[in-house]
Amino acid sequence: MAHAVEEAGPARPLTMADGTPLKVALARATRRSKIRAFLLVAPLLLFILVTFIFPIVDMLMRSVDNPEVNEAIPQTVAELENWDGEGLPQDAVFAAFIQEMGDRSEGQRRNIGRMGARLNYEDGGFRSLINKSQRAAAKIQDDPMQFALVGFDERWEDKATWPTLDALAETPEFAEVLPETAALLRKWETGNSPFAEKTPKPETYPTLLTELESAQADGSLDRLLPLVQAENEELAALLEKTATGAGEIRENPLRFALVGVDPDWGKPRTWTIIKQVSSPITFSYYLNAVDRTYDIEGNIVMQPEWKQIYVQLFMKTIYVSIGVTVACLILAYPISYLLATLPPSKGNLLLILVLLPFWTSLLVRTTSWIVLLQTQGVINDTLVFLGILSDDNRIEMIYNMTGTIIAMTHILLPFMVLPMYSVMKTISPSYMRAARSLGANPLIAFVRVYMPQTVPGIGAGSILVFILAIGYYITPALVGGQDGQLISNFIAYHMQKSLNWGLAAALGTILLAGVLVMYWLYDRLVGIDNMKLG
Amino acid sequence: MAEKKTPFVQFVEVQKTYDGEILVVKDLNLDIQAGEFVTMLGPSGSGKTTCLMMLAGFETPTEGTIMLGGRELNHVPPHKRGIGMVFQNYALFPHMTVAENLAFPLQVRKLSKADTEAKVQRALDMVELGAFGGRRPGQLSGGQQQRVALARALVFEPDLVLMDEPLGALDKNLREQMQYEIKHIHEQLGMTVVYVTHDQSEALTMSDRIAVFNDGKIQQLATPPDLYERPDNAFVAEFIGENNRLRGTVKEVNGTSCTVDVDGHIIQALSVNHNGTGSQTTLSLRPERVALDPAPGSMPNVFDAKVEELIYLGDHIRTRVSTCGDDEFIVKVPNSHAHASLSRGQKVQVGWALDDCRALDA
Repeated sequence: MAHAVEEAGPARPLTMADGTPLKVALARATRRSKIRAFLLVAPLLLFILVTFIFPIVDMLMRSVDNPEVNEAIPQTVAELENWDGEGLPQDAVFAAFIQEMGDRSEGQRRNIGRMGARLNYEDGGFRSLINKSQRAAAKIQDDPMQFALVGFDERWEDKATWPTLDALAETPEFAEVLPETAALLRKWETGNSPFAEKTPKPETYPTLLTELESAQADGSLDRLLPLVQAENEELAALLEKTATGAGEIRENPLRFALVGVDPDWGKPRTWTIIKQVSSPITFSYYLNAVDRTYDIEGNIVMQPEWKQIYVQLFMKTIYVSIGVTVACLILAYPISYLLATLPPSKGNLLLILVLLPFWTSLLVRTTSWIVLLQTQGVINDTLVFLGILSDDNRIEMIYNMTGTIIAMTHILLPFMVLPMYSVMKTISPSYMRAARSLGANPLIAFVRVYMPQTVPGIGAGSILVFILAIGYYITPALVGGQDGQLISNFIAYHMQKSLNWGLAAALGTILLAGVLVMYWLYDRLVGIDNMKLG
Repeated sequence: MAEKKTPFVQFVEVQKTYDGEILVVKDLNLDIQAGEFVTMLGPSGSGKTTCLMMLAGFETPTEGTIMLGGRELNHVPPHKRGIGMVFQNYALFPHMTVAENLAFPLQVRKLSKADTEAKVQRALDMVELGAFGGRRPGQLSGGQQQRVALARALVFEPDLVLMDEPLGALDKNLREQMQYEIKHIHEQLGMTVVYVTHDQSEALTMSDRIAVFNDGKIQQLATPPDLYERPDNAFVAEFIGENNRLRGTVKEVNGTSCTVDVDGHIIQALSVNHNGTGSQTTLSLRPERVALDPAPGSMPNVFDAKVEELIYLGDHIRTRVSTCGDDEFIVKVPNSHAHASLSRGQKVQVGWALDDCRALDA
């Protein structure tokens, strides 16, 4: 009776004779076999991890990863944070930028090269702009004022400017108004001497600037200018302009210097793009992959029409995949039916014929289509020989979309046949007999009884073929010509030729997402449980 | 069969071969009356299923004709024969619900929706599955699927229903229960049933007449009692029920009886199916017709025997004895007080009546 009372009481965890709970004892007993099972799958797990999961995750990361600008010019990026986006950035940005661009170390040069390539995706001129500025940056660091002057007015770079000024420096008026400059100019070795210098001593530039500024302030410049004007009117204008702007130049010499290297640095747009691209994570690859981009305000806008290709390409890829799937379905259904209903001896032979393409190299199969379909190929020759086509009217069947669809249908056909065959093989002929005996004619029996039972096979085959088709690369590459290229060919292009891995990753990720959506839709409509792959 | 009606189903000299070398069905002649329950019984490969398939229209006879209700069937496609059929594995359409399965034959006959629903419900009620119309066949037990298959074959009210080992997949208890149910439905509806099975007890339970098939031929066509009591040949005797076989030579024939020499023992037997004096014969004797230690003079055949084995089976004791040179001779001893004390090795006498021992073909 005690036993019965115990059972009637509240549920107590069962224990072993020595008091250990049953669950613990069970876990202990099965631990060894669990460890052994895990060790058995461990090699495969590791293999999949290294060769599949890791690359895919890396690929997904790359599509949003945006390290290039941040790695190359971190200080500049930090300073740009404080820029409100109105007008040009503050001088600290220019200082940091020139400093970082001027770093000639091997690693930094590589970083800057990458940044140029990255920025080039956003705007075509960036690569050359960055290259040019990189070369100039070191020099700017040495003589900021020289470049600042040139940046302020490029006439300071003209060949004639300095020699003219040098000649004027001999005059007492010049020496009186700008004494230090005159002295420095006198030290400038010109002419044909082996020590001749193209430009005056570096100190000349800041000195000239300081003296011009003070001369204008005390009015002495007005005495000098008519004299210069008599000699060279343009130089006089230049001196006056420089004198007026001297304060500004001395305050922001680097900005003027950089603008001097390329006027693009004087445009806020350039800096806006750099700031946009400087965030460590970006969606611009994805925008790019759907023909969109950021405008200067950071809004998402359509790409200019001539750059829109990917949306159309995605649509084309989907249409082609659907087309190939439908073609495979139509061709495979009767074959599978035949395979499933023939006696095994004949059925197996046919099955080998279906599988034969699997054992032939993909390249051989694709090239044999070229032999068959090309303008001077077997099919065209036969049609011309039979008089169906005239010789100058041969059909273009390859190196276009037709070729892609034909070759892909052929290559993917077994993937449709096999799941359908395996499903049809399990459908007992007694269902059809039952339907016939119940009064259905052969057509009704087939449509209402047989076909619904093949849906799992149709679904499995279709989803398999569609997924394979949507990412197909080699066949379109070989027989697609110009208009037979699919999205994967462009992914490959960006991986191998343009080296825009971010865009390639974004395109690939969209493709992957598309396939997953298909899978989800299939699950909702048909149910994954209904899918039979064999 | 006093009144000679035109048979409802007629096989006339039907032959069937699949490969042109072996006849699966040889010269089959079979008449089935309307409302009859006829079972084709035989071991596998005996041609019984082929006959059924020819009747259903899934196989064509190589020669001969099959008639249904006076109409020649040879060139009528299966869906125009109007024959209900229950398949061995039920063949319920897995993608349809039970009700849809039942509605299928009515829909293809273009019945109105209301009629269809009413008939489906009636058929489901008949097999006591009224509440299961919305289920899929896969959600039903084997017995329930069996009933659905039966209801589907009956729902369009065919005059002839064929059943191809319909109970083969069920366990023993369920099978027996279904046998009675099918029998009752047949009695209730009065349609003609042709039933194929290899299970003799099933055949004996349900049938009006049984056609025993072997080697492409009907060995005997008779009512169950006839078949059991009076088998025409050794095959039928062996196939239906348990049977002791004694091989011997016919010594003498006296009208309906004969004497047979079995291993030096002279046995009086009923002369049924042998080739006359001097020919080889097989004596057939049901184990329950053998008496142990019969009263002297009460039986013409009494021989010494030795008990070899005793198997206790509850209602009777299966006793293996050796007698007349045969040590596989079975005697069924009823579990009554009289024979409660047999033991192994015991010497006994066995005896049987002349009428219970039939001299058949060797």
